[in-house]
Amino acid sequence: MKIGVIVFPGSNCDRDMYHVLTDVFKLDAEYFWHDKGLPKNIDAVILPGGFSYGDRLRSGAIAAHSPIIKDVKKMAEKGIPILGVCNGFQILVEAGLLPGALLKNTSLNFMCKWTSLIVENNKTPFTNKLKLHQKIPIPIANGEGRYYVDDETLKKLKKKNQIVFRYSEVVNGSSDRIAGVCNEDGNVVGMMPHPERAAESEINPIDNKPSSLIFESLLTTIGVKN
Amino acid sequence: MATFNVHVTIENKPGISDPEGETILNDLVLKGTHSAISKIKTAKMLKFTIKEKDKKSAQTRVQEICDELRIYNPMVSKITIDVFAA
Repeated sequence: MKIGVIVFPGSNCDRDMYHVLTDVFKLDAEYFWHDKGLPKNIDAVILPGGFSYGDRLRSGAIAAHSPIIKDVKKMAEKGIPILGVCNGFQILVEAGLLPGALLKNTSLNFMCKWTSLIVENNKTPFTNKLKLHQKIPIPIANGEGRYYVDDETLKKLKKKNQIVFRYSEVVNGSSDRIAGVCNEDGNVVGMMPHPERAAESEINPIDNKPSSLIFESLLTTIGVKN
Repeated sequence: MATFNVHVTIENKPGISDPEGETILNDLVLKGTHSAISKIKTAKMLKFTIKEKDKKSAQTRVQEICDELRIYNPMVSKITIDVFAA
């Protein structure tokens, strides 16, 4: 069982993610530089946060054309679990794997603070150990985190149960307070907040258990006993 | 073949809020004596220099590039293309 952590020029949460996967959850993880392909024996893929290509043009727009994204798309079609966090979410959106757009926060500020999420879909590979409507204390750290979808797409997201997380309060002006979504099949999930910064008690001042359940969900999905 | 300068303006579609434009309007321009201004919208402009046989071809080629590479996200943005002889 191996988890691929993709590294783009400007990723900066890749090592935090790798640490949580390997040191905390004892998973076998490997970094993959964006200009190469992914091997076939990967059981899940994570696109970490950061500032790929310095957010030039707009967040995620250039990394979405990296060679490795072709393999990520193939794996998405096969149903392999794929998680994008923060910039990873922006890249998945720009690559067309998830609907919508991520715009500048209404405040125009880079927002770095603790907030909380509500679980809206606990059927995905990354949320199956969480309870529906469970609260997750978690930090955000982004400038372009305001998720936007048009009304028609929003209706579709609701109908197909593609809203995975909502903020428990208005944080940045996101449509319908959406913080994370999945594709129609549910195997590709994107979220703006950072579970890798909240899964250990040493760095979570409120409660690390809910964020750790995101990783434990992945363990369950890929059949690893913890 | 001739050289053209092609200006691509990327801006939010109508109905998508533009907090930067609103801030410039409300917290800068309207705090002066410029009450005649009612709206400011921000946009990003990319200036392409391209060799093509004529103006029309230059416009078509740049539009194709913008669509193919998702230079703009059609969910929230629209583009306007202006072509000038270099």
